[in-house]
Amino acid sequence: MFGEYSLGELGSILVMQGFAGLILFSVFLLMALGLAIIFGQMGVINMAHGEFMILGAYMTYLCSHLFEAYLPSLYGGYFFAAMIIAFLAAGALGLLVEWALVRRLYARPLDTLLATWGLSLIMQQAFRSTFGAREVGVELPQWMMGSLNVTGSIEVQINGLFVMGLTLLITAAVAVLLFKSKWGLQVRAVVANRTMSGAVGIDTRRIDRLTFGLGCGIAGVAGSAFTMIGSTGPTAGQLYIVDTFLVVVFGGAQSLLGTVASALSISQSQSALEFFLTGSMAKVLTLLMVIGLLMLRPQGLFVLKVRR
Amino acid sequence: MAATRTDSRSLELIGFALIALLIMVVLPLMLDIFRLNLVGKYLTYAFVAVGLVLCWGHTGILSLGQGVFFGLGGYCMAAFLKLEASSVENTRIQSTPGIPDFMDWNQLTELPFFWVPFKSLPFALIAVVAVPAIAAFILGAAMFKRRVGGVYFAIITQALASVLTILIIGRQGYTGGINGITDLRTLLGWDIRTDNAKYILYFVCCFLLLGIMLLARFVLASKLGRILVATRDQEDRVRFSGYDVANFKIFVFCLASAMAAIGGAMFALQVGFMSPSFVGIVPSIEMVIFCAVGGRHSLVGAVVGTLVVNWGKTLFSESFPELWLFAMGGLFIAVVLAFPRGLAGLVTDQLIPRLPHWRGWTHRQPSPAPAE
Repeated sequence: MFGEYSLGELGSILVMQGFAGLILFSVFLLMALGLAIIFGQMGVINMAHGEFMILGAYMTYLCSHLFEAYLPSLYGGYFFAAMIIAFLAAGALGLLVEWALVRRLYARPLDTLLATWGLSLIMQQAFRSTFGAREVGVELPQWMMGSLNVTGSIEVQINGLFVMGLTLLITAAVAVLLFKSKWGLQVRAVVANRTMSGAVGIDTRRIDRLTFGLGCGIAGVAGSAFTMIGSTGPTAGQLYIVDTFLVVVFGGAQSLLGTVASALSISQSQSALEFFLTGSMAKVLTLLMVIGLLMLRPQGLFVLKVRR
Repeated sequence: MAATRTDSRSLELIGFALIALLIMVVLPLMLDIFRLNLVGKYLTYAFVAVGLVLCWGHTGILSLGQGVFFGLGGYCMAAFLKLEASSVENTRIQSTPGIPDFMDWNQLTELPFFWVPFKSLPFALIAVVAVPAIAAFILGAAMFKRRVGGVYFAIITQALASVLTILIIGRQGYTGGINGITDLRTLLGWDIRTDNAKYILYFVCCFLLLGIMLLARFVLASKLGRILVATRDQEDRVRFSGYDVANFKIFVFCLASAMAAIGGAMFALQVGFMSPSFVGIVPSIEMVIFCAVGGRHSLVGAVVGTLVVNWGKTLFSESFPELWLFAMGGLFIAVVLAFPRGLAGLVTDQLIPRLPHWRGWTHRQPSPAPAE
């Protein structure tokens, strides 16, 4: 199958495919970050995570329309405002959900899974009733359109680069928060030993709530970034939820580094396979490989020693 | 506590008799054949729910991939029916007569090798149970031997449901793609589309369901059932007592899967087609909610829950389609938060203690019988 291509072309294909993989990596990582924080810290499975993301996406969509109508001069920068709004909206909803629902179910993780699935159904229908069943897209500001020509046959899209940059930034911010801030110290203490943390005066309930809110907020930002590279529909969140969970589980639930590594390996293998096979077979093969690897290594790639 | 045990045992028997009466006598008398066929379809989901009572309610293994086994069973049955429907005379107009229509549309010129054995009914019937059970065994052995459980198991089974759906949709020529396997006509020359056949199939489905409930009851009442419950509550203690917990879990998971598969096969027979929309993530998790609404510990509850939720779904989606997802979502949350023991829990915890007659009647045997 390589007969038709020259060596140079083959190299370009490899680079382009790698770049497509990197965009997929950014998407996976952005989605998985919020989930990893929530799942890693509290052992809570948030099945509505995809919907929090879509909430962020719809917020961006709203913002772009508001800017178009009232602040056309600032249109180029609407995306930054939209990200902040998406973070706040999804985060606030996350806090509310934690207070109303999740905190009652900490002792029953499987039930949380069902309850948050119910929440996701409600959110989907709410999106559908509010924004219509059809997929919506946002218009990119001028500076984000087009692509950079690196060489004659390799070009990279600016919006893809932007999303990648954003992912790096958010990951770095989460890492700093977790490892340098007081909140992060408390979070890590609660992960390591909940009872002892409570005994030394950490308000574990407050930490839980903040963590859940932060995780949902990051999902909102992820959704916001998502509008840069694709359109949004009410059920789009569900498409990604399985991949996201596998990324988190495969990486090792408590490890930020593991999440990054597993997002990278899953996205790269999927986009590499996509070149050889059809898209659906690539996905099947990737998922099966991950499941197979999880059977060999149930705790995921990176294991953090914690006391339960 | 002997009294409470006889209580719950007689209660279960009464529930069992009531459900048998409902599906075998009351519903067939009340409903026309179209509605009865719908009920028959719901009852095929009840097979899955009964399996979930075993593996989730009593053993604590939450599988979000029961649709996989339902689908495998259904596809095995549908494969046989499809081959019978695609005789050379029926498919004269195709470029390759004698193979299923969707294969012809996808430029296949001969039957794929794994379709060939499905020409025989005995093989197909064995495959209905064996294929899903083997799949469940491989998955269960790989997971439980490595002590993967709880949330991780749920996520992996969910991923598997997604894998199978993508596979079925992607390999259209071999599986019928997103439309599924449609236009099933006869079973050994017997037309399954007539009203008469629908009645017979409905009763076959009822008998199978009751049989499976009895089997589940037998398993739960045995010593094995005790170990399963003990595994759910204190897995480590059971292990330290010298039991190989993984084997018990594998067994119950395979059993639940085989039950789901029989449901799938009855689905293909009664509804006349099988498609990936009964395999994926959404149907799989809906089957869990049927079981949760009815009461995850109660066999009878699971069947009632399945009927109630599906009935509600049909009613809602006929009159207020946009409200259905709100109702369903609310139901998920309410069941988990407010009544985790489901409808069955409501009956045993709330209703029965408020019926003084009833209590007197079971405790003091030769008591004045209630007036009615």
